[in-house]
Amino acid sequence: MTASSSQELAIAPEVAVAPELPEIWPPVRRRRGFLGFVLKHPTIAIGGLLILVMALIAVFAPYLGTVDPTALAPARRLRPPSRDYWFGTDMLGRDVYSRVIYGSRVSLIVGIAVSAVACALGMMIGLLSGFIRWLDAILMRVMDGVMSIPSILLAIALMALTRGSVRNVIIAISIAEVPRVARLVRGVVLSLREQPFVEAAVAAGTRRFMILWRHIVPNTLAPLTVQATYISASAMITEAILSFIGAGTPPIIPSWGNIMAEGRALWEVTPSIVFFPAIFLSLTVLAVNLLGDGLRDALDPRLMRRI
Amino acid sequence: MSETPLASLPKPAPTEGHPLLEVRKLRKFFPTRAHTFGLRRQWVRAVDEVSFALERGKTLALVGESGCGKSTVGRSILRLVEPTGGEILLDGAHIEALSERRLRPLRRRMQVVFQDPFSSLNPRLTVYEILAEPIRNFGLAQGREAERARIARLLEAVRLPRDALSRRPHEFSGGQRQRIGIARALAPDPELLVCDEAVAALDVSVKAQILNLLADLQESLGLAVLFISHDLAVVEHLAHRIAVMYLGRIVEEAPNEALFAAPHHPYTRALLSAVPVPDPFAPRRRIVLKGDVPSPLHPPPGCHFHTRCPYAVARCREEVPKLRSVGPGHVSACHFDIPLAS
Repeated sequence: MTASSSQELAIAPEVAVAPELPEIWPPVRRRRGFLGFVLKHPTIAIGGLLILVMALIAVFAPYLGTVDPTALAPARRLRPPSRDYWFGTDMLGRDVYSRVIYGSRVSLIVGIAVSAVACALGMMIGLLSGFIRWLDAILMRVMDGVMSIPSILLAIALMALTRGSVRNVIIAISIAEVPRVARLVRGVVLSLREQPFVEAAVAAGTRRFMILWRHIVPNTLAPLTVQATYISASAMITEAILSFIGAGTPPIIPSWGNIMAEGRALWEVTPSIVFFPAIFLSLTVLAVNLLGDGLRDALDPRLMRRI
Repeated sequence: MSETPLASLPKPAPTEGHPLLEVRKLRKFFPTRAHTFGLRRQWVRAVDEVSFALERGKTLALVGESGCGKSTVGRSILRLVEPTGGEILLDGAHIEALSERRLRPLRRRMQVVFQDPFSSLNPRLTVYEILAEPIRNFGLAQGREAERARIARLLEAVRLPRDALSRRPHEFSGGQRQRIGIARALAPDPELLVCDEAVAALDVSVKAQILNLLADLQESLGLAVLFISHDLAVVEHLAHRIAVMYLGRIVEEAPNEALFAAPHHPYTRALLSAVPVPDPFAPRRRIVLKGDVPSPLHPPPGCHFHTRCPYAVARCREEVPKLRSVGPGHVSACHFDIPLAS
């Protein structure tokens, strides 16, 4: 390799030729401690903290001063909140506090499992239809068909076909959410495959599978993460709705939806039965949405600096 | 192997009589969005019967306005878009209809540098991973050490610091990114380099650095370069031959000096008159074209340029001018020999 030959080159004398590239790297390393992160992304911090608290509550439910959430005590039914019954008791005398705390398990499991299942399935469908032209039309029309049914109706219909169980609730809600993920991934894949770096990889002899794996999948993860949080928030609400109308989690398993459903008829007598699970549901969904908004801003490709 | 940087693979002996790249009557039509009921699908004639040849170690510049199809020519040659018709010969072998599997080994011999130094590098890969990809694809280095050595030579060739390897593209400036793009193109040791507006997105001083680098590399590696550009001032310093495109067709092709000294086609003359001259007192006569480039959906009949040509007559509206010889190695697609001084 000739080291340097600016003189020999056919650059007109009037064109100013800049000097060689200096080998200087700025010694700046942007420091960001925990506090820096919190200040930069307050929504992620607040949402994440709330979710963490909810997760801890769900995991350590038996140790949080709870009693058996299904234990009946007809003599002490419909008590208002007191020192013994923090959230009061329901019409069968069950402790609402224990039921709400145990109910967080159902909501969190459904939220996490639905977003995982929907993202995995949606990712596969989205990649296939974004990358294989002839499959695109077929898969996307099926997705359109699924999307044309309101997700809550679809979930109710699917639940009507099966027995009520947490697993079936997860499956039913996931099926309704898959098309949204598939569309998102397909859109990202379609825009990515026109990117010069993908064309350069084709020109460099990279096989199609490797192009998908190295150049396309990693670049879909950021929008997918954001979408996953929104899906888990809406899955929690859908689960509550399903349980509320009696099509979801079976009554023996306490979930925020069926606690509210059971307290509905008596809410003028003992509003605490509905109030507390509603507060927990709202807070959790708010936290997940805050996290999603924060991630959306933090993962914005225009602001992407360190991923 | 380490003594000769980059040129480590045995080059196939130049076959007698073949230019490295030959393009014959290349056509690429893009369908417009089909009518709802499948009626009247229209075609954008992006490239319409373009022919040229490129010798080893030479630079052919393809110039024209944006939208004239010059990038599509480059992308068709690389088979990044499928040509509609015509022939593409790499070293005498047809590649226009090869299946992707048969084509893949040949891709090593022709590489591309893109315009946009930001979107042409995957933001999630490190420079090492970017440069290793073509080397691994074509099995050009046995073992980790050979791969490292090869990549180190590539960095040296494009004059990037060694510590660039573990960084990601966003940590570099536009000019440095373009160097990474060039290094990636050189990684499989190609014979043909397609530079698709490779310096158009860079500012003037960085542009000069990159042009110097490209000229150096071409000389030391014996690369054939297809240099696609809209910038005649850049092309003048780099190209051996220049082909001028207008609305999907080549209207004039000539050796560099001949094109600038005696442009034949009225369109070429208008283009040349628009090149800025860094001398405020130089006598200048700008030929200002009226109107816009017609849509490639409905190209005008006859000579494509007649709608804007100051010399157009009835014949130009009816008869398509053929490329004809107007000097040594100089062809032009105009019916007339319009005197230069006119």
